[in-house]
Amino acid sequence: MESIYQALVEIVGEDYASNRHEELFTYSKDLGTSPPQWPEYVAAPKTVEEVQKIVYLANKEKVAIVPLGGGLTLAGLALPLKGGIIIDMKRLDKIIEVNEAARYMVVEAGASHGKVTAYLHKHHPTLMHSEPGAPAAATIGGNMAIHGQGDLAHPYGFNTDMINGLEVILPTGEIARFGSCAVGSGWYTMHPLPDLGLFLGWNGSTGIITKISFRLYPYKKIRDNDAFTVSDENLVPEILHELTHLGLTEDLIATSSEIPPVMNRLHHISIMIAGDYEEEMEFKRHMIFDLTLGKYIRSGVGGIGGIAAERLRPQISKSADWKKGGGFEYVGSIVPVAAYPECYRRGSEISARHDIPYTVLGRVIGCCHAMMFSWSYAFNRADAETVRHAREALHETDVMVMELNGTIWKPAVFGQKLMMDRMDQTTLQLMKKVKDLLDPNGIMNPGNWEVQ
Amino acid sequence: MYKLTFNEDLCLACGTQDCLVRCQHMDIDQKTARIEMEKIINGEDSFVLHDCATCYACEEYCPHGNHPFYLIVQRQDELGMPPLPEPLIKRGIQTGIPFRGEPEIDEIKGTALNMCVFSNLMDRVQGRLFEGLPIISHDSRKMFHYFCQLMYLHYGKTSVINERLDKIIQTLAAHKAKEIIHFHDECYGTYTSYAPAFGIEVPFKSIHLFEYLYNRLLELKNEIKPLNYKVAYQRPCSSRLSPPMHQYVAKIFDLIGVENVKREYVDENAMCCGGTILGQKKEGSRQYCAEVQKKNIDDMKNAGAEICVFNCPACITTLGKPVQKEGIWPLFMSDLCRLAIGEKIG
Repeated sequence: MESIYQALVEIVGEDYASNRHEELFTYSKDLGTSPPQWPEYVAAPKTVEEVQKIVYLANKEKVAIVPLGGGLTLAGLALPLKGGIIIDMKRLDKIIEVNEAARYMVVEAGASHGKVTAYLHKHHPTLMHSEPGAPAAATIGGNMAIHGQGDLAHPYGFNTDMINGLEVILPTGEIARFGSCAVGSGWYTMHPLPDLGLFLGWNGSTGIITKISFRLYPYKKIRDNDAFTVSDENLVPEILHELTHLGLTEDLIATSSEIPPVMNRLHHISIMIAGDYEEEMEFKRHMIFDLTLGKYIRSGVGGIGGIAAERLRPQISKSADWKKGGGFEYVGSIVPVAAYPECYRRGSEISARHDIPYTVLGRVIGCCHAMMFSWSYAFNRADAETVRHAREALHETDVMVMELNGTIWKPAVFGQKLMMDRMDQTTLQLMKKVKDLLDPNGIMNPGNWEVQ
Repeated sequence: MYKLTFNEDLCLACGTQDCLVRCQHMDIDQKTARIEMEKIINGEDSFVLHDCATCYACEEYCPHGNHPFYLIVQRQDELGMPPLPEPLIKRGIQTGIPFRGEPEIDEIKGTALNMCVFSNLMDRVQGRLFEGLPIISHDSRKMFHYFCQLMYLHYGKTSVINERLDKIIQTLAAHKAKEIIHFHDECYGTYTSYAPAFGIEVPFKSIHLFEYLYNRLLELKNEIKPLNYKVAYQRPCSSRLSPPMHQYVAKIFDLIGVENVKREYVDENAMCCGGTILGQKKEGSRQYCAEVQKKNIDDMKNAGAEICVFNCPACITTLGKPVQKEGIWPLFMSDLCRLAIGEKIG
């Protein structure tokens, strides 16, 4: 065992490898309800070559490796379920290229969303990327590995729909590239090469993403968060449908929560609009509130909750404060927008059963093609009983998602099993074959998407 | 239940009907005004109940101190004619529900400053002007225990105010302060105008923030250096409930050496910030709100204002950014006063 540690030290240097209990402790937990899972080693490489050497080492020693980004999924997806080495990717964070004309950006996978946003603000203020609702420390690679979405999900879809190219270290250590970069033509497109689709949504169990090219979009000078409020959850899908038909908004999020009381049993639709001119903004507001939503206002069933408020990212994490102890975890799902009312009703029932104030959020993906709907459950980290309640609520929610014909997003192992139990057998076996082919030693984030 | 003191005979015998005739948001002649007030008094439907922008100004315009605005809101409530859509009413009512523990009641001797639901604005009451002044409602988790509730006049809900206000008064009174300075004149209006109008007992003396600031500045007069700014004052709706206190704006401006710019929308002709109009059910409310704001800000610009001074946190939330875009500095009155005695503001 000491030899693995020494080998890691030789690869990344003494300051960036550890087998010490107090440091492994940090990596044994995430912020959700998962019980601790201890790694034996942690290494924080700075270069792709260092990552590659660690993968070769792991194959040689038949020891598990778990790539870790910001560690913010809450669902235990980067916990070492079978021990081994955690590869902390956060030092692999170089910004490699920004192409203003073709609107894309290439970064190392450990670059955080906060770093990318700050870099673009400073050096390319007319461009933005789709930043998720997670804290700024969430990494680009981690977010892509779980099929994340961000604040451009309505116009442009999942963040993984915006990928122009990938560099991946395969579980056996080779480096592969996908997209136009694979033929040496730069990083500007993922298509039209043959689709391999082997690494996104796999939680790092088929390889380690090391470089990513992703699309950038115009960043408008004026950016407002307007809000529309309704009491009747059944109105939410039709309002979102009308707003996406209009096509003038940048992000659409519906939320409801028991606490604070101002949100209770109400549905707040955040309508993000952007423009370069005041006239453009006023035109958009006129089209949205006077023409499209005016009928709801006049009939008294919907109201303008605010205009031109400061844009804040969805702050589900605030629900962690509703109980002492600051813990929360959520189930995310991809569901049809039409499912919003039932998702809200049944989710709030689950919350009530477990004495947890309900918190739900739905973000439109595409032109109402789907919605990321989440149910958040707060718990007190110092109170095992509240953690148990939250964990049970999460599991009940996973089951509910399946009953609603939804798809669990970034499922924990419990949810992965639920989905694999329902999965088409041919697809399931193909997943197994792909995994076996890519990872013959079974070392890559084992326990995740593991087909029995 | 509490009953509004409203002299119907006095109203019907009024020779001016200023309450409605002078309304900035409805074009009403004296004859129509009399007819509509009679309907409102009799508990009948009137277009006034639907079209009222809830700017409070008629309270000030009434030459008899007869509370026409409170009557209008009470009738909106009784007849089920709220000016806002139902979800906004529900949201507003729920806003005032305390949800994070009970207030901690410290006994206070003498005078205290009540922050109501603006505990997050403690930065605005710092420095020598407020030195040694005990604060009530300094904890934003507990602030809704001190919420004066008057906001519900915009919601057509005197019933909500009347249901909750007594408990709020008891909580404030439990601190045993003899005098309470109110950070927002909405609170001052609650305890000196609304509560007496509805026969709700208030066991403490209320002091308007501007009166306090003026007197405190007099004590620090030697330290005042004239600021020489051109200043516009955004008079909030609740100031209409305490017209005698409005004089302190001019007095403070004189004392700290700022020019109160000459405007059309000033004093009794002050223009609402528009915040309450924005969400109203009436067709075109959003656009009307934008027009009102534009007229108001254009007026400030044309008068050469460099600073727009606010008392009301809602007004500064609504108008702060738009005035800033026009190159006018939005400031709370307390901060302007602090600048005058050489203090830095955050």
